[in-house]
Amino acid sequence: MSIFLTENSKVIVQGITGSEGRKHTARMLASGTAVVGGVNPSKAGQSVDFDGTTVPVFGSVADAMKETGADVTVVFVPPKFAKDAVLEAVDAQIGMAVVITEGIPVHDSTYFWAHAQGGSTRIIGPNCPGLISPGRSNAGIIPANITQAGKIGLVSKSGTLTYQMMYELRDIGFSTAVGIGGDPVIGTTHIDCLQAFQDDPETEAIVMIGEIGGDAEERAADFIKANVTKPVVGYVAGFTAPEGKTMGHAGAIVSGSAGTAAAKQEALEAAGVKVGKTPSEAARLMREIVGG
Amino acid sequence: MDLFEYQARDLLASHGVPVLPGGVAETPEEAEAIAREISAPVVVKAQVKVGGRGKAGGVKLADDPEAAKARAQDILGLDIKGHITHRVMVAQASDIAEEYYFSYLLDRSNRTFLAMASVEGGVEIETLAVERPEALARVPVDASVGVDAQKAAEIVDAAGFPAEVRDQVIAIAVQLWDVFSKEDATLVEINPLAKAPDGTVLALDAKVTLDENASFRHGEHDALEDSAAADPLEAAAKEKGLNYVKLDGQVGIIGNGAGLVMSTLDVVAYAGEEFGGVRPANFLDIGGGASAQVMADGLGVILSDPAVKSVFVNVFGGITACDAVADGIVSALGLLGDEATKPLVVRLDGNNVEEGRRILAEAAHPLVTVVDTMDGAARRAAELAA
Repeated sequence: MSIFLTENSKVIVQGITGSEGRKHTARMLASGTAVVGGVNPSKAGQSVDFDGTTVPVFGSVADAMKETGADVTVVFVPPKFAKDAVLEAVDAQIGMAVVITEGIPVHDSTYFWAHAQGGSTRIIGPNCPGLISPGRSNAGIIPANITQAGKIGLVSKSGTLTYQMMYELRDIGFSTAVGIGGDPVIGTTHIDCLQAFQDDPETEAIVMIGEIGGDAEERAADFIKANVTKPVVGYVAGFTAPEGKTMGHAGAIVSGSAGTAAAKQEALEAAGVKVGKTPSEAARLMREIVGG
Repeated sequence: MDLFEYQARDLLASHGVPVLPGGVAETPEEAEAIAREISAPVVVKAQVKVGGRGKAGGVKLADDPEAAKARAQDILGLDIKGHITHRVMVAQASDIAEEYYFSYLLDRSNRTFLAMASVEGGVEIETLAVERPEALARVPVDASVGVDAQKAAEIVDAAGFPAEVRDQVIAIAVQLWDVFSKEDATLVEINPLAKAPDGTVLALDAKVTLDENASFRHGEHDALEDSAAADPLEAAAKEKGLNYVKLDGQVGIIGNGAGLVMSTLDVVAYAGEEFGGVRPANFLDIGGGASAQVMADGLGVILSDPAVKSVFVNVFGGITACDAVADGIVSALGLLGDEATKPLVVRLDGNNVEEGRRILAEAAHPLVTVVDTMDGAARRAAELAA
């Protein structure tokens, strides 16, 4: 098993004809993902060739779903058009929209999140690397060749720290790794992933990677205390970040006493999470738990 | 991006929020001229992006233009908590009968917008929120619905505004929502929102934070940027499209991915504890595609920082392969030539790592040391900077 994404997932790509969309569709296909279509309103009826695989382009998410049975969309469209792309996916009631696009105005992401409430679409991101269930499916830009299927679940705000952690524990493998994104407002949270990993029989232990800004890690700590019985190892980045400076991610900013790495680490440890001081130490802590 | 008070005031006024006449001055003479135009007692206020300027002597009353000039003379150049005052705002002074508070902000935790309002304004709102939370109304605003007159009335009534100002505050609440939504702000705050003795309600001080991700639809916001205050290295990096933040340490940092770079800063700081408190000198995320040009630009900025004693290049080859990064480093050092004078510690891992390490070994640049692990490389970089 895995969470959110399985070998049966049928994936479409919004923005498949753009350079990023094209590049990463090729990578998703190469790693065995069932990419069944793409969406571009002005190129409906055309198709895109990827090294022997022909992917049809549809005029809308709804059309693509009707023709292919797609249940996941990966959004690569530029920030300017991302809000409309996500709203279209939500209105078509697709099961999951993975929003890779970086730099979406927070008024737009807050709007599409509000619009998705009560609907049937899980939003992942924005500004995220997507998610991978190794050996099964890969929706986004996480490199598929880092590791294999295994028993660790991973949830992270950061893309490259996700890759780093998968690499450190590559011999053990992962059920699913979810990059939830570094923006102030995101769809799927640490808590959503923790719940899903707790319910997934294949996941034996969970790595949670956080960073400065907001209170998502503190809330996750409360959730772990009350609801998660599987072992959780944590890592938090940004101890040296000064107040009031945005560290790369729009959401990674310490304001006043809120959002510091120290506060997050403390909350996680109080919830029984083993927190590594560096990514490598977190990987070692995980290794002690799952063996190998 | 945080705005100066005078910029926030202009932005509010452009959406119809009532404010007092005033202007911004960079010299005492300009301040005098503005006061003359207002032809009434004025208040001269330091324009700095930090709180507590009143206590620091940055806000003064002046009865006439000559006094305004003198007060501006006092305030210009004033150091307020490390912020030098380059401008003052000169605004008509107002008698205040009552002080209120009103704001809209992004509520990250609940992924919505929030209106906050109180009839006890003029104080630090953080203090009020802690000491008398019942005096601060908090009303969630659905991002897909917004604030109309009816929603504004709900907020105003939740805060218990007196009947005689209710309609005025409702109108201001709608105008302020206009500022918040149309300008892509993440915070708009009026404190105090004042009632003058004649019963008029107006904004006497305001704070606005704009979302830089929305700059593609707000070309006019570029002019609001305070380029004079930017760190020269940050300005140089920005010009080259680099995601760089200047810090106060000695180890220059280059990495790919915001999370990994933040983590690198931490690991260097931990390692630096062993070497007399060596710390990271900057944050620099060169992103997924670490081309030779980007690497050269990044190294160029970092090496021009006189505080930098060593450089740590920390790259995980995920989408980018390590051999491409290694090529980038070698050509960057070639491009920089004699400008590259400080030792570089490189840690590569991930995609094609063997090939990447081979390229660096073959180039055998005298300044470059390759260390296999992130923790080990951080330790070496800290040691070299000690």
